[in-house]
Amino acid sequence: MISLQPRQQPSKLMGLLAPLLALLLTVLAGLVLFALLGVPVGQGFYAFFIEPVSSVYGLSELGVKAAPLIMIAVALSVGYRSNVWNIGAEGQLILGGICGGAVALYFYEVDAWYVLPLMMLSGVLGGMLWAAIPALLRTRFNANEILTSLMLTYIAALLLSLLVHGPLRDPDGFNFPESRLFHAAATLPNIMQGTRLHIGALVALLLVVVTWVLLSRTLLGFALKVNGQAPRAGQYAGFTQNRLIWFSLLYCGACAGLAGLFEVAGPIGQLLPTISPGYGFTAIIVAFLGRLHPVGVVFAGLVMALSYLGGESAQISLNLPVAVTGVFQGMLLFFLLAADVLIHYRLVWRRTGVAA
Amino acid sequence: MVVALNSVHWPVATVTPLFMSSIQTDEPRTALVAMHKISKAYPGCLANDAVNLMIHQGQIHALLGENGAGKSTLVKILYGLLQADSGYVEWQGARVSISSPAVARELGIALVFQHFSLFESLSVLENIALGMAVPATQNLKQNIIDVSQRYGLPLDPDRQVYTLSVGERQRIEIVRCLLQEPKLLIMDEPTSVLTPQEVNDLFVTLKRLASEGVAILYISHKLNEIKALCSEATILRGGKHVATADPQQRSTHELASLMMGDELLIPQRQEHAIEDSVLLQLNNVSRTTSEQHGVPLHNIELQVHAGEIVGIAGVAGNGQDELLQVISGEHRSSDADSVSINGEGVGVLAPGARRELGLCCVPEERLGHAAVPSMSLVENAFLTAHHRIPMRTAGLFSLKKSARFAEKVIEQFNVQCNGSGAVASSLSGGNLQKFIVGREIEQQPLVFVVSQPTWGVDAGAASAIHTALQQMASRGAAVLVISQDIDELMLISHRIAALCAGRLSNTYSTTSVSVQEVGVLMGGGSIADGAVA
Repeated sequence: MISLQPRQQPSKLMGLLAPLLALLLTVLAGLVLFALLGVPVGQGFYAFFIEPVSSVYGLSELGVKAAPLIMIAVALSVGYRSNVWNIGAEGQLILGGICGGAVALYFYEVDAWYVLPLMMLSGVLGGMLWAAIPALLRTRFNANEILTSLMLTYIAALLLSLLVHGPLRDPDGFNFPESRLFHAAATLPNIMQGTRLHIGALVALLLVVVTWVLLSRTLLGFALKVNGQAPRAGQYAGFTQNRLIWFSLLYCGACAGLAGLFEVAGPIGQLLPTISPGYGFTAIIVAFLGRLHPVGVVFAGLVMALSYLGGESAQISLNLPVAVTGVFQGMLLFFLLAADVLIHYRLVWRRTGVAA
Repeated sequence: MVVALNSVHWPVATVTPLFMSSIQTDEPRTALVAMHKISKAYPGCLANDAVNLMIHQGQIHALLGENGAGKSTLVKILYGLLQADSGYVEWQGARVSISSPAVARELGIALVFQHFSLFESLSVLENIALGMAVPATQNLKQNIIDVSQRYGLPLDPDRQVYTLSVGERQRIEIVRCLLQEPKLLIMDEPTSVLTPQEVNDLFVTLKRLASEGVAILYISHKLNEIKALCSEATILRGGKHVATADPQQRSTHELASLMMGDELLIPQRQEHAIEDSVLLQLNNVSRTTSEQHGVPLHNIELQVHAGEIVGIAGVAGNGQDELLQVISGEHRSSDADSVSINGEGVGVLAPGARRELGLCCVPEERLGHAAVPSMSLVENAFLTAHHRIPMRTAGLFSLKKSARFAEKVIEQFNVQCNGSGAVASSLSGGNLQKFIVGREIEQQPLVFVVSQPTWGVDAGAASAIHTALQQMASRGAAVLVISQDIDELMLISHRIAALCAGRLSNTYSTTSVSVQEVGVLMGGGSIADGAVA
């Protein structure tokens, strides 16, 4: 019989190495998977991990995918540090896209400097509004935010679908469920010629720095961490738990909403029935892979962005199904969680029965 | 805790004769359990160094030692929670390998833990059933009620554990062990949560169990209890077996110095003029609780003057936690004047604002309430001290300033730890308590309220904490001590009252009441009014 025994002292070094180990195991397992699917292992490895980032354009695409992941994951990690388990960032992202996109459509063809800032503000508020619902339910009725935030994600997706099939549909679009293409003043400026890399990447890095300072140096960040690790100690110190719950959710809503707006105003350029390939969910993996640390999240975000690009590349050059992205993300999370368990526990093979 | 083995002086010459009691008077019968040359090392610390322990059937055997002396490690090895690096255990003369607690229970060893391993969300009955690996039947429920009544340990089998106080949780552990009808009962500091009357009752129970042939390993730092109860004592210091002594033949002082290695400082109650100004006032404090089994408070009136130590006695679960929360601000009232600090009504203020006015509190639970287990001592210092000690630069947390304060506390209160960066959970109970009490005292509070200041703390740390409380009072602070340890309250406080079922008794001058009278107050009774202070 195998049992898990807590370790006397979990290794700090292994805590930091675990994500790398998980990554390595994911690659190895991926190669085994390729071999089982009859894809030459070397070719599969190249197509998934090397080809997507072997050109400047490829690297810029990595930034395009990593930006929303990092923006959301960095905000999620604030909540997770504080025991606020918001897993509805995807819905908050969609609401940000809807609200920001609606502003763009309202000011259609208005060529003014204020359009883009208004869209951003609207996107942020949209995300916050969606996050405020689980915050209210949790603080007023003690409803578990894991359930409420997740359920709200599906409502958000249906709401977007409703809108692009109805009021926000392009009047000249032959009844396709999509909005007008945003005009130039409502589109994000590119920061690199000939690519889709937009200012969202810079905003993501700014959020990383801001969150880092927040968590490591401010009283609010300290209160969030204390609340996560020992809520009663937080009360004793005088931190108000409900305020921390509100902050965690609203901060994440704001970041996710902004990320959603950046998607519709950047790479997509219009509202579609689907505006995110699950960034809000993938960001949960990114947050944990990055050890809930803002700097770790940057690296983790890049890794997970590669899984999207690698998945696309594997579809094109290897004829593999799109599910390969999800498989890689899932394996990575699985190996990370397994590594974390083994950091805190060790496996013990035990004889059954009583020794005399 | 890191034990500096080479710095400890071993009084070998005085110890040698003490071995006679176990060697010369040893009867030919085999011991119930004998542990031989047990060693166990942790990274950076040799917790047990070739320790011997021998217990006979029907004997009440004391295991004495300061925190960090290796008592817990030895007990865990005996109970199968840890495996010794070397050495072996004999049970009724046969060598056994106790590979798990299940094996220990099979042999007939039962352990009342100092830190309870209970499932919070389950009922008392379910916890006991789980611990004994039997179904939670009506039959078991009746057994629990019988045993708890027989041994004076009132316990409602249907209550959820999370609603119970520390004292009540301990009763579950004791009852659980007694239900197993053990051959060897290990009790880790069992009396710290009992009234003097209950202690007497427990001793009667333990003596009865011993006369029925049950061996009892009794771990305590209360030397008078050991003298009253035990026929033999094994004394550990710094992981080594320093002596096996007969507590009946050694004075308390001798036992203490064997245990501590140096002279023990025992604080005396200080008498000094108490100033007239009232620094802490509770004015008709009542509260209901939202928790199912919380204790409501009823019309509590209390004044603590500058320079005075007031003690509140009471068995756990009689409203101590609720009272402390009212004073600290964790629970706020709508009436500002229900709690006053130095004449200012603070009933509606949050804990931080009260700290700024000079009120510092230490709750009973060290890990998770008074300190964050996974955070460093620096961060734990910042937790409450940032209101009164400058620890920030331009609004941002300053590691340098916080570390300086934490290191001052560590130095002033002689906290044994691996530097200020050590996480709170890595400290032994006594050292963490010294750090927490020190953290609040170093903030120079006007009013200091502390709950169970020395619970589970060894004698050395306890006397250091008592001395610090007295020094603070003599500097003019008002000190309120909530404790279940009646000896402690009689020792250090000027006035004493008791909390029972959320009602506070009158306060009496400690010089005019006896321990027995306070015991009556703890039980909700009243005593002649002549002594009201």
